[in-house]
Amino acid sequence: MNFNATLIGQLIAFVFFVWFCMNYVWPQLMSAIEERQKKIADGLAASDRAEKDLELAQQKATDQLKEAKAQAAEIIEQAKKRANKLVDEETQRGQSEREKIIAQGHAEIEAERNRAKEELRKQVAALAVTGAEQILKREIDANAQSDIVEKLVAEL
Amino acid sequence: MAKLNVKGLIRNATSFNLKFGFNEMAYDTTQDYINHHLTNAAMCSTENGIAFNKACADAGFWQWNVDTLAWSIGLGLLFIFIFRRVAKKATTGVPGKTQAFVEMVFEFVDDNVKSSFHGKSKLIAPLALTIFVWVLLMNLMDLVPVDLLPWIAGLIGQHAFGMDPADVYMKVVPTTSLNVTFALSIGVFVLIIFYSLKTKGVVGFTKELTLQPLPHWSMIPFNFVIELVTLLARPLSLSLRLFGNLYASELIFILIATIGFFQLPVHFVWAAFHLLILPLQAFIFMMLTIVYLSMATEEH
Repeated sequence: MNFNATLIGQLIAFVFFVWFCMNYVWPQLMSAIEERQKKIADGLAASDRAEKDLELAQQKATDQLKEAKAQAAEIIEQAKKRANKLVDEETQRGQSEREKIIAQGHAEIEAERNRAKEELRKQVAALAVTGAEQILKREIDANAQSDIVEKLVAEL
Repeated sequence: MAKLNVKGLIRNATSFNLKFGFNEMAYDTTQDYINHHLTNAAMCSTENGIAFNKACADAGFWQWNVDTLAWSIGLGLLFIFIFRRVAKKATTGVPGKTQAFVEMVFEFVDDNVKSSFHGKSKLIAPLALTIFVWVLLMNLMDLVPVDLLPWIAGLIGQHAFGMDPADVYMKVVPTTSLNVTFALSIGVFVLIIFYSLKTKGVVGFTKELTLQPLPHWSMIPFNFVIELVTLLARPLSLSLRLFGNLYASELIFILIATIGFFQLPVHFVWAAFHLLILPLQAFIFMMLTIVYLSMATEEH
């Protein structure tokens, strides 16, 4: 229980252990831990940044999607308008074509009729002439004449 | 051998004054048993060369308690070995289990130092770490069953050196020795003086010792006595607290070992209690060291 030389030995050991710890243990552990702390801080900052980037990208994507939708709607609208216009135009063209064809038909029919009339007139004239000739050939007989006239009329 | 042990203990429980039966090691009385456990293995040099134990009875100061030295230095080397190995291999990435444990202790000490010591010093934190871990390891030797290591030492002494096992001493808890606790507190005391002189200068330190608490020239002797007591009480209380706690708990462990078979539950309870006491004492020693040194570096 007395103090003895052990005290000196213990003091030397104590000083040695503290010295060793101060030079070969503490700084290394400290630097390792600090470096890891820095790494973790960097990692956290990076993740924050990434999160912000993601948010931005999402925002951008949403915007683009909206824009694309608007564009698509516009294009569809235009296409519809164009289609309507085309249909209108075609209908109009068809109408006018029809009218033209009908008018042509009418004109042709008219011409044909006129020609037929002319022909008929000529034939009537000829018939009249022939009739007159036959009448003249026969004696003037009222009955005989009347049936000639009837015949003429029927031939008309 | 274990059988013999238990038999001896049971026999002992029935009659307190019966001989203790520890193999060939025998104690006449409980007193002998306790004394044997509380005696250091001593070494000294005499005219006839190096002598041991009882031959060193009148060696005076120049006696070395080899068991204390061996256990404390061995444990200190264990601390250094573990921490140095981790420090050398320390990765900044994901740490292994040993590294995580070492870093936990490290951060615990670092937090305490940072919260109590506001100056800048490269020494305080490693000092605190060394004190905490070293004292804790030395304290934890208290949990090793009191007879185990002395018994092994007795066997070694008997069979390897032909000694009488009763003459082989082995005190395994270094902090139950005043030499150890005073060595620690003297180291701290030297640092207190050093830091006081460093931050306050010789004049400042002298003023602090002589002009407080009553700042008048006529009160200088009174102040000096008071301040000197305050100053000296620090290392004294530091070492005596640790020594007193550990010596008492070791003594109780030894006493428990003498009550025979029923020592098992009692020992368990006492040991479980010391799972709290032993780290606490190490922590108190470290914390007070930090506080004293921070007081030494603070300007008034």
